[in-house]
Amino acid sequence: MRVGGVAVLAVILGAAAPPQGASSCSGCHGGVAPLPVLAGRDPGEIVALLDAFRAGTRPATVMDRIAKGFTHDETVVIATWWAGQK
Amino acid sequence: MKRRALLSGALALATPFIARAQTAPLVVVIGGGFGGATAARFLRRADPPIDVVLVEPSSTFTACPFSNEVIIGQRDIAAQRFDYRGVAATGVRVVQSAATRINPAQRSVAFGDNLLNYDRLILSPGIDIAWGALPGYDEAAAERMPHAWKAGEQTLLLRRQLDAMADGGVVVISAPANPYRCPPGPYERASLIAYYLKTRKPRSKLILLDSKDIFSKQKLFQAAWKELYPDLLEWVSLSDGGKVTRVDPSTNTFETDFGSHKADVANVIPPERAGAIAAAAGVADRTGWCPIDPVTFESKLQPGIHVIGDAAIAGAMPKSAFAANAQAKVCADAVAQLLVGSAPVEPRLINTCYSKVAPGNAISVAGVYRPVNGQLTDIEGAGGTSPLNAPAEQRAKEAEYADAWFETITRETFG
Repeated sequence: MRVGGVAVLAVILGAAAPPQGASSCSGCHGGVAPLPVLAGRDPGEIVALLDAFRAGTRPATVMDRIAKGFTHDETVVIATWWAGQK
Repeated sequence: MKRRALLSGALALATPFIARAQTAPLVVVIGGGFGGATAARFLRRADPPIDVVLVEPSSTFTACPFSNEVIIGQRDIAAQRFDYRGVAATGVRVVQSAATRINPAQRSVAFGDNLLNYDRLILSPGIDIAWGALPGYDEAAAERMPHAWKAGEQTLLLRRQLDAMADGGVVVISAPANPYRCPPGPYERASLIAYYLKTRKPRSKLILLDSKDIFSKQKLFQAAWKELYPDLLEWVSLSDGGKVTRVDPSTNTFETDFGSHKADVANVIPPERAGAIAAAAGVADRTGWCPIDPVTFESKLQPGIHVIGDAAIAGAMPKSAFAANAQAKVCADAVAQLLVGSAPVEPRLINTCYSKVAPGNAISVAGVYRPVNGQLTDIEGAGGTSPLNAPAEQRAKEAEYADAWFETITRETFG
């Protein structure tokens, strides 16, 4: 799955039930600084960050460990769903 | 949709809208902690709408995460307390009452003189202390040797005892065998009490008697203890005789097969089981905990009843607030799907638990889980603990994230 064309997908997925794993994210990412918010965020940016965390190319505390629980494609679906959330 | 009878006027007076003719399905949630309150709020997001009743005996919830900081005087208990106004604001009918009887065949739940027929029931009762499982430890003993494993008065009692203890005193904590609420909790508590003693009563000692040889974030805790509290904190493993076989509240003594330990302050973290309503509903097995389907969290023993949070046997997922909240969201989605006749999708769940080894100094464990052969199972290669030799600034960052996590999750749960 590519990240392109996610805007349309985000609108479709926004109203749908969260994809696998997505509902867990808001346990931390709900708008309390310094933890970044996911809702409404550019999905390409989230996917790039998670790919870097998974690859170990971006410094992390815990997200490197969590990103490894999801493939790139799964990450795209989750990020796209979050992009459609308010 | 079948019609429901409400057998008493008392509830109708308290919540007049409860008796209205219902067209939406009704889900009753029992227990207003991280699992139940989250499930109730998220069920209200479903389309088509679901009527949700949350049955909870207390008017406020007192959170366990961060309560170890209350014990050492670094945090006010008020920061742990949450009411249900934010839950009610989503349209959940919050009933302050204790569920007394559940009839799975009739799909009914009784509280007080009231009876409600549900389409689905979600139980999130948390834990009860298994009184009697540790000889000598009963409710009266807990007034002398607090467990402080359900936050509230017990937390404050332990705090007062620590405050009152003279410098040079001995604090003894006993940790139970698995499974129990918050696997790293006893070790965070030992760390923070050791910090309190080191800074306030440095001639004191802390002995942690353990019924296990292996525990959560073990290497990280042990490295922190060696670095921060080398002469103060002593961990006694199962193999070294740490298993407590009896306690005597009249002398504040812990007995093991290897001898006895007399404490000035005694904290017994006792054996536990699922909250009592689980056994009453027939969803707890002989272990005292509740086997569930890992996709829907529906009980393997009683159809129509879902169990989430500490009470559930959730495979590799620990009994944590994060897990209860994550399970609640998955369960709410699954229940909404089932109510419209759809098959819930296989879930993926995350858990993250922070522990502070000193103020501003935290470590974490994380996991990602999916159902495999009917059990929630760790995804290999994912999860694990913070690195062993992380620099101080990384530990400080994790402490900051822990604080933000508590704010976030309590906001999501209680509004």
